[in-house]
Amino acid sequence: MSQNLVLFVALAVVVVVSAVGVIATRHVMRSALSLVVNFFTLGILYLGMNLHLIGIGQILVYTGLIMMLFLFCILLLNLGAPQMLYERSPIKVWAAVLVSGALIVIVLSQVFLPMTGAIETTAPDDYGRVRTVGNWLFNKWVYGFEISSVLLLVGIVGSILVAKRRG
Amino acid sequence: MEGIPLAAYLSLGAVMFAIGALGVVIRRNPIVIFMCIELMLNAANLTFLAFARYHETPLSRIIDPNDTYMTGQMAVIFVMAVAAAEVAIGLGIIMAIFRSREEIDVDKLNLLRG
Repeated sequence: MSQNLVLFVALAVVVVVSAVGVIATRHVMRSALSLVVNFFTLGILYLGMNLHLIGIGQILVYTGLIMMLFLFCILLLNLGAPQMLYERSPIKVWAAVLVSGALIVIVLSQVFLPMTGAIETTAPDDYGRVRTVGNWLFNKWVYGFEISSVLLLVGIVGSILVAKRRG
Repeated sequence: MEGIPLAAYLSLGAVMFAIGALGVVIRRNPIVIFMCIELMLNAANLTFLAFARYHETPLSRIIDPNDTYMTGQMAVIFVMAVAAAEVAIGLGIIMAIFRSREEIDVDKLNLLRG
């Protein structure tokens, strides 16, 4: 087992354990903090794949912006421990566990066999640098970039409209 | 990190997606459900990036062969933008519901109008 594989397995274990922590803890705040760990570890994983811009963006956008919104909402709504909003019937829970386990098995059985040969990367080393990604984003993908900026504008206006409505 | 098989990244993405789907089903707090949706989006992001790094796209006749390792990153950037907008709108809706109903159990929210 190579050194890189050991590092990957360690990061993957942190990712999976924190993802389980999001859905397993009863307190909303603990879910949010495990989600922070999850996103941050994924950002480290992306940096390890030579994806500089995406890795930094993951840490900034997810652990910075989205988790800030979540924590703000939790603290503002005062959703503490008293509200144990769990699915109460155990049959449904086990059915859900069964379905998601079947999802893993089906996807992996389709993916593993054809993909086991892919060990060497085909992308060049500098494909994730800020200069490269910025060049592509502002040349070939500029329409998508502009449309997503319109989407964010609609999101800003819509969230203000929803949150400020009276009556 | 070199020498890691593509299947490792893909299976990590699949496990994360399944955990997110499970959380959407078994939790009834809408904020936790939102977090699970973010988990699923991140699993899809990881899969996009792994394929972009390891695999030639079969669409190379439509897409320029030099683009094959960039399209995944572009998709991830747009997913991040959509996720930011989605969280802002969704949490705004949750706060509006909480203000008018004083409860946020998703099983009891069955009216589209307050």
